[in-house]
Amino acid sequence: MAEIHLKNLAHSYYPNPKGDGDYALKKIDHVWEDGKAYALLGSSGCGKTTLLNIISGLLHPSDGQVLFDGVDVTDLPTEERHIAQVFQFPVVYDTMTVYDNLAFPLRNRGRSEDLVKERVMHIAEMLEMTDVLKFKARGLTADAKQKISLGRGLVRENVAAILFDEPLTVIDPHLKWLLRMQLKALHHRVNNTMIYVTHDQTEALTFADQVVMMYDGYVVQIGTPQELFERPAHTFVGYFIGSPGMNILPTHIDGNLAKINGLSVSLPDSYKFDADKKIELGIRPEFCSLSREEGLDSIPVSIKRIEDIGRHKIARADLAGQEVNVIVPEGISITDEHTHLSFDASQINVYSNDWLVERGAQS
Amino acid sequence: MNKTWNNKAWWMVLPVVLLVAFSAVIPLMTVVNYAFQDTFGGNQFFWAGLDWFEEILTSERFHNALGRQFMFSGIILAIEIPLGIFIAMNMPKKGWGVPVCLVLMSLPLLIPFNVVGTIWQVFGRVDIGLLGAAMAGMGIDYNFTQNITDAWITLIVMDVWHWTSLVALLCYAGLQSIPEAYYQAARIDGASAWSVFRYIQLPKMRGVLLIAVLLRFMDSFMIYTEPFVVTGGGPGNATTFLSIDLVQMAIGQFDLGPAAAFSLIYFLIILLLSWIFYTVMTNMDKENGR
Repeated sequence: MAEIHLKNLAHSYYPNPKGDGDYALKKIDHVWEDGKAYALLGSSGCGKTTLLNIISGLLHPSDGQVLFDGVDVTDLPTEERHIAQVFQFPVVYDTMTVYDNLAFPLRNRGRSEDLVKERVMHIAEMLEMTDVLKFKARGLTADAKQKISLGRGLVRENVAAILFDEPLTVIDPHLKWLLRMQLKALHHRVNNTMIYVTHDQTEALTFADQVVMMYDGYVVQIGTPQELFERPAHTFVGYFIGSPGMNILPTHIDGNLAKINGLSVSLPDSYKFDADKKIELGIRPEFCSLSREEGLDSIPVSIKRIEDIGRHKIARADLAGQEVNVIVPEGISITDEHTHLSFDASQINVYSNDWLVERGAQS
Repeated sequence: MNKTWNNKAWWMVLPVVLLVAFSAVIPLMTVVNYAFQDTFGGNQFFWAGLDWFEEILTSERFHNALGRQFMFSGIILAIEIPLGIFIAMNMPKKGWGVPVCLVLMSLPLLIPFNVVGTIWQVFGRVDIGLLGAAMAGMGIDYNFTQNITDAWITLIVMDVWHWTSLVALLCYAGLQSIPEAYYQAARIDGASAWSVFRYIQLPKMRGVLLIAVLLRFMDSFMIYTEPFVVTGGGPGNATTFLSIDLVQMAIGQFDLGPAAAFSLIYFLIILLLSWIFYTVMTNMDKENGR
């Protein structure tokens, strides 16, 4: 178990990177605490796997260092880092039995057969695999194979961290949920640092204590699932997290009044921006509401269509040419007569050039 | 239960039946015809029963040729398969070396059999051949036309030169298809180079190795052109393999009956051995599995 410190880390796949564009992973400096579950979340190609491979040592970073518990491991090969990694596609040794698969990392390190047996039985019990130990690993289902890959990591006594690289990609949907729950329960039991790469927000939000949101090689936000939901640090986070994502509306702000195509919305705080900045309002569909009568601070909209997705409905409204999504709770019906939209002012976020402007920062 | 019977689909099979009939069944039947009958010319045939088979199966000549054939195929497989795997594992994985290697290794495979024979026949000649003359110059007593061991070594080296590329290329394709994650997982598990070979590369190559073994076994067991050109089956009968012996019997001595029986036995041996290879290699790992 270890605390992982990524010190001024950056990586480029080019030998002589010039400028930010050549870096697959832009400079980050962050400490990941011991025993916590982190999720690396972002769309494909944003640098998640690059970062993961740097931590596991499969990739040597172009700049910066990786420290485990204060010890620089940047130049250590993978096998000396005490890292376990579960890959996107299940990796099992086909010709071996499940038992031999689990025993493999220990035998490679020259442990005695007694110890191997004790550890393998312990892990097999934890993963609920004791009844298949004698079978060849090849014949098992994808989810069982993924559990073996995980087990091969857990079986070693001194694992610093367990890394998951989109481990549920090839698992059937109904098993995904089950396996995710098992993983979470496992994390509570073994209390290892876990890093979980995914592009599925549900997976990230249910698994992790802390979500590391990546976008185009940058770490744009690190926070709890709730923080990512309520106060996205970047418009991409707002857009990526949530279904549907945050409404992002171009605006002009003067003091505590925002103007969207001439319509005014009052803000809980006052701001002042340079004229050349791109200013946007971010408001989650959950914090928007529609009504028939004009109310305080309401703005006129027209309803374009309504999608019923079961537990609630999503209304697509037109606000002076901008599309705004509104989540309508169950039991409320929306008609064309609902022409007034209002926002929960405390949940409005203001973005300047895509980055969140902290409240009170300018007052 | 009302079942409608419609047999029109059988017409769809007809082209295949015709093709197989003309390419395999009819030629085979003419051989079968000769194997069970005797003739003194004039298109008159007499029933011979299993006489020819008995004659071949009890003849020392056939036993000797069969023994030589097994030895040859055994040596060929024992050299070409491990060597092919070894070469494949040391070929470059990416970069400009890949196409260069692939083209160079394909070259021997593109040369016609009798040309390969001629090349080595000339190459090994003591008077003018590069290899033969060089050996003579170094004082090594080498002469494949007179010495049995030299003749065997020449044929084996020639076959290894001609066909190891095939095994290597097949294995290379098998190796290239192993996802990178396997090697990464092995590194994390602390596996040695031998373990990576034994538990990842070899099992993943099993499919292509099966093809390689079958192809090399069948080809070497049927070898004709190269030894015919290089040694002509000699010195003496030392390199008279089954097909050389068969041609001598059929064309040289015009013993069509025994030759036909010989052909059928030959065919059945290859069929049987290929089936055994296939069954053994596909079942090798099934015990304990599900």
